[in-house]
Amino acid sequence: METKELNGPVSDRRSFFKKAAAVVIGGIAGLVPALAGLMVWLDPLRHKAAAGSAVKVTTLDALPADGIPRKFPVLADRTDAWNKYLHVPVGAVYLRRTTGDKVEALNVVCPHAGCFVDFRGDSGQFHCPCHNSTFALDGGIANPSSPAPRGLDSLQAEVRNGEVWVAFQNFKAGQKEKVPTA
Amino acid sequence: MKGVFDWLDNRAGVRKLAKEALYENVPGGARWRYVWGSTLTFAIGVQFITGIFLWMGYSPSAQTAWESVNYIQSEMSGGWLLRGIHHYTAQVMTVLLVLHLMQVVIDGAYKAPREVNFWFGLLLLQLVLALSLTGYLLPWDQKGFWATKVATNIMAIAPVAGPALQRIVIGGSDYGHHTLTRFFALHAGVLPGALIALIVGHVYLFRLHGLKAREPKRKPDATFWPDQVLMDAVACLAVMAAVLFLIVRHRIFSPTGQLGAELGAPADPSEPYSAARPDWYFLFLFQFLKYFPGHTEIWGAIFIPSLLLAVVFLMPILGRWKLGHRFNLGLLGAVLAGAGLLTFLALAEDRHNSDYQFAAKNAEREAERAKALANSPAGVPAGGAVALLRADPFTQGPKLFAEHCASCHRFDGHDGTGRPVKDPPVASDLKGFGSRAWLTGLLDPERISTTNYFGGTKFKDSKMSKFVKKDVAGYTPEQKEQLKKVIAAVSGEAKLKAQQADDLRDQPLITEGCDLLKNAMKCTDCHQFHARDEEATAPDLTGWGSRDWLVKFLNNPAHPDFYGARNDRMPAFGEKQILDAMQIGLLADWLRGDWYEAEEAANTKSQTPSPR
Repeated sequence: METKELNGPVSDRRSFFKKAAAVVIGGIAGLVPALAGLMVWLDPLRHKAAAGSAVKVTTLDALPADGIPRKFPVLADRTDAWNKYLHVPVGAVYLRRTTGDKVEALNVVCPHAGCFVDFRGDSGQFHCPCHNSTFALDGGIANPSSPAPRGLDSLQAEVRNGEVWVAFQNFKAGQKEKVPTA
Repeated sequence: MKGVFDWLDNRAGVRKLAKEALYENVPGGARWRYVWGSTLTFAIGVQFITGIFLWMGYSPSAQTAWESVNYIQSEMSGGWLLRGIHHYTAQVMTVLLVLHLMQVVIDGAYKAPREVNFWFGLLLLQLVLALSLTGYLLPWDQKGFWATKVATNIMAIAPVAGPALQRIVIGGSDYGHHTLTRFFALHAGVLPGALIALIVGHVYLFRLHGLKAREPKRKPDATFWPDQVLMDAVACLAVMAAVLFLIVRHRIFSPTGQLGAELGAPADPSEPYSAARPDWYFLFLFQFLKYFPGHTEIWGAIFIPSLLLAVVFLMPILGRWKLGHRFNLGLLGAVLAGAGLLTFLALAEDRHNSDYQFAAKNAEREAERAKALANSPAGVPAGGAVALLRADPFTQGPKLFAEHCASCHRFDGHDGTGRPVKDPPVASDLKGFGSRAWLTGLLDPERISTTNYFGGTKFKDSKMSKFVKKDVAGYTPEQKEQLKKVIAAVSGEAKLKAQQADDLRDQPLITEGCDLLKNAMKCTDCHQFHARDEEATAPDLTGWGSRDWLVKFLNNPAHPDFYGARNDRMPAFGEKQILDAMQIGLLADWLRGDWYEAEEAANTKSQTPSPR
């Protein structure tokens, strides 16, 4: 303790006890509000995001037959602290029709730092406007010098009676593994 | 450790600083009476810490303020504790301020050369009160909303700049988003900033002139550290203990008591709030205003309090005269005693005012309801929690009933909200309408002619009454059993939430009852029942008491499906546009006991507060 360093008046055992008591008692009094505040501040660590259930995004007819990806907003129910919103935008996906009328879905968010990637028709690649990562049609990294640690995140998509349903999810940016944000 | 300390000392002079802070001379040694300044500093520190953490969860707008505070309070871990500490420390601070002021005046610490510091202290006192006042509004609940409206309306009566000042403070001509953003900026920015500046000055001047010792000195002089620090620490801990006690006190005495600070129902300018009161430390001013008739309130609200404050400001000057100190003591005593007396009168008046008591109880009920709805799985709509209460049968039903139905009907003997009605009822008591119990009463020869059923109406001598009083009265035990089945059948039409399990269980009974109703019991001689009958003269029993049936009935009871031309005095609420579709729906839902209930509380909630 710095108090030892000070050349204060007589320091005997009684005085040491008083000093210790003053520090401990004052500390406890001050800790109560600080701890209450910290508990509330750390509250976000307690809440887990719900895994995305499949939502209808569009119809198969809206996807070009030539396999060019098209961007769609994803509407779903969303809880924002005290508000519950029904059917609001929660993100976006690129959908691409593949052989046999199957659909591939990619989250539009760049896995590097979370920017919204563009699809460039001329190069036939996805391009991140922030740090120039490029991704191939299937989402894999196109240019090996891309800063992105992994390819675009694919999402589960299926066609039900001509409608395209996607299990929308976001994943943690900046790491090699695809880990859902929870 | 020493090395680091030396390094820091060479660059920042921390040793000297610590020495100055800790080895301040305390003439006559440490004393308990000197702790108040330190406890206040501590309390302000607590407010800064808890305030900043609350800030991280608070959202100042008319649609999110109450919602975010409720979220902190009921959803975030430790939120009730954090808000409780902030709320009650503010209250305890008011007490500490008075104690500190008393100690300073009694010990003569306001006299030369400490006048300026005394004035700093008085300014600080006003800043703290301003912080309390601005903080009171921030949760945007009914209590804060209406109480603060009173305060800002008083502001408007100030001469010359009053109306403009009011507009500036509330950010427009009416309360809204900008009232909150402005109050919040004052509460969390401007006032705390000013507070820090004044405290720095206050402590600097205190250190400059030294502590004014209480004579006679009991002991030799000592340093602030450690004896006085220890006393201060103990006092601060006692303050915190008092705050924690205030937070949990209701829970100690009742397992369902609320934890932490109160949160009323969301502010609603269309809902009267007769329980509007300022926080207890402003009650004396509130009470004082009652003694000033119209157009003179400026004296009670502004002139006299300002004058008294001015005299308190002059205490250091007055104190120079021979009897000055005694005058000051007398003045302080008189002001405090006066404030105490006014506070007591305010509380006593409310205690004996049944309207206030009712309003306070109702406010509590609505607050609980708003929280239950906001915390329900459906959450809060974007329009804010106030919409939840407006669309809630449990909240609106009793009010609509009291307003539109209780002049003739009763609900469990009262007006729906729990208040008795003076005039005798002239139409049926609708508590439990649709239930087997209600029908059993209607079909009871002893009861049909009481005011609980047809006693007050012109149906007193109707065919139905005669049927019950003659035929039913003469029923054999076997027929009585059949009647029970008919009752179950008709009541089953209502599909009441509370009777769901019974209806399901008694399905065979109900089927039998339906058959009896049409044949043996002759009900369909007058009533329709799942078959069109142009000859029917009495209300349709198809879906009797169901939401649909009730909504149609309220729309127009004189419709041929119901009483037709034989309708008594009941108005066609819908067709005459006395009530709109939403209100009729709310009434129907409430009468049928159909509203959202939180899972665990579903079994214990009663329909209305029990009348006292």
